[in-house]
Amino acid sequence: MTLQRAERRLGWGLAAPALLWTLAFFVLPFLAMVVLSFAHMEGRQVVQGLDPGNYIRAFTDWSQLNALINSVEITLTVTVISVVLAWPLAAIIAWRVPPRFQRLALLLAVLPFWTSYVVRSYSWLLVLGKNGVINQALMGLGVIAEPLALASTRSATVIGFVHFFVMLLTLTIYANLIQLSPNYARAAQDLGAGRWATFRHVILPLTLPGVVTGAFLTFVLCIGDYITPQILGGNNELTLPQLIMLQMGRSGNFPMASALSVVLMAVVTLAYAGCSRWLRLDRI
Amino acid sequence: MRVLSWLYLALAYAFVFLPIAVLVAFSFQDGRLPVPPFKGFSLQWYDKVLGDSALMTALWHSALVAFVSSALALVMGFLAAHALARVRLPGSVLMRGVLIAPMTVSYLIIALGLLTTFNQAGVSLSLWTAGIGHVVINLPLCFAICYAAMGDQQKNAERAARDLGASEARVLWLISAPMLAPALGAAFFLSVTFSWDEFIITFLLTRFDVTLPVEIWSMLRSGLSPATNAVGSLVFLVSITAVLLMEILLFLRPR
Repeated sequence: MTLQRAERRLGWGLAAPALLWTLAFFVLPFLAMVVLSFAHMEGRQVVQGLDPGNYIRAFTDWSQLNALINSVEITLTVTVISVVLAWPLAAIIAWRVPPRFQRLALLLAVLPFWTSYVVRSYSWLLVLGKNGVINQALMGLGVIAEPLALASTRSATVIGFVHFFVMLLTLTIYANLIQLSPNYARAAQDLGAGRWATFRHVILPLTLPGVVTGAFLTFVLCIGDYITPQILGGNNELTLPQLIMLQMGRSGNFPMASALSVVLMAVVTLAYAGCSRWLRLDRI
Repeated sequence: MRVLSWLYLALAYAFVFLPIAVLVAFSFQDGRLPVPPFKGFSLQWYDKVLGDSALMTALWHSALVAFVSSALALVMGFLAAHALARVRLPGSVLMRGVLIAPMTVSYLIIALGLLTTFNQAGVSLSLWTAGIGHVVINLPLCFAICYAAMGDQQKNAERAARDLGASEARVLWLISAPMLAPALGAAFFLSVTFSWDEFIITFLLTRFDVTLPVEIWSMLRSGLSPATNAVGSLVFLVSITAVLLMEILLFLRPR
């Protein structure tokens, strides 16, 4: 009995630093933010209270609600495009590339991941900008006379995001595909399934855990990102993180920024609830 | 089908590499704009960047924050993983949940919460406050990797050492840590990578002593410049070297 108690005391002692750190610098700040989201501003002064005004404003004021809608639309577009592009890429690497080159193929596919995240967005400006590579090439070929407005648009944001998340999804889907025994496909074909039926009813469902895990990570990282929309999308249509930064920076309205952050958290939680059935976060 | 596959692969790699290739190519631009036409080969921008004291200070800050915060996160994560995997504690499921929780929250929200708290507590912002934020994001990662790596094999070795009279500190230092060395190494490497590239937490939680990503961000305000290309290419070069070294070390390791 005393041995068990001593063991427990030791366990608490070892876990204490990590637990206290997480409580002090994650749980408490988060609670402080939730409390602050119910405060309001009088002039430049924060007045504490139990005022749901910030949340009402987040869903009724068009300029605030618009940011939420933009964010969700962009994130869903990015997630769908990235999955559709990454699945064949992962399949080709897993099935067509000879096994001893597969590791190299994956390493090459994620190589740009190793530049700085800020620089990667910036490098798309060089490609999509007004006198960037694409416009110069098209004008040189005589396809267009005036440069196309490619940067500072929603498309630019989406392209920048897809570039990053195709890499991520290729990894999660590849990890799933490589574990599948070829016997599944053989069994389906022995039972008379055609190539399409085998793919649609056997292979695709079996890769669902990899797809959903990657798609969920894409959703979470994409909807919370400030850098890519700020550099590539410009200030024409704001996303939620851009609006949060704006509320904090320009207007110093911390209560509103906090409320919008809680809304952002809620959207992520909804997404988690939606795909928790297939999520295998512990297997990454 | 086969031809289509290789075509798709080639197009995918072209898409993935296009911006990076443009970035590196125009870092050698002999002119003021990093866009076509290419005016000739020059190393002037590398010269400028390497002589820029603000950038070099930021580089030093980045390395300092990355290594110190990762080391701290690794030690705390390892000890907590050991406690929760070995000792039966009441509420251990809840504790695991709390420790993993920061992984599921956007960095922006973590930063905003910390900024609110520091403001209310009257803590002035510095490299240290950013470092605290980096430990918050790296701790769950280190904890999860160490926890997943704790197997029964280590458990028996630890028990044997304890039976032979080793104190818990000696068990941790002489048995658990060496046996988990690959996991500890991977956790540290990943933490350093994330911390090195982290922008929003550092941006919001430092005032004057910024890190490299924040310094690059402020370079972007003056528009396109081959100097930014040069910095980006250098970061790329350093990272690739590190990754290749890791690969070679893993490859040469006797199995």
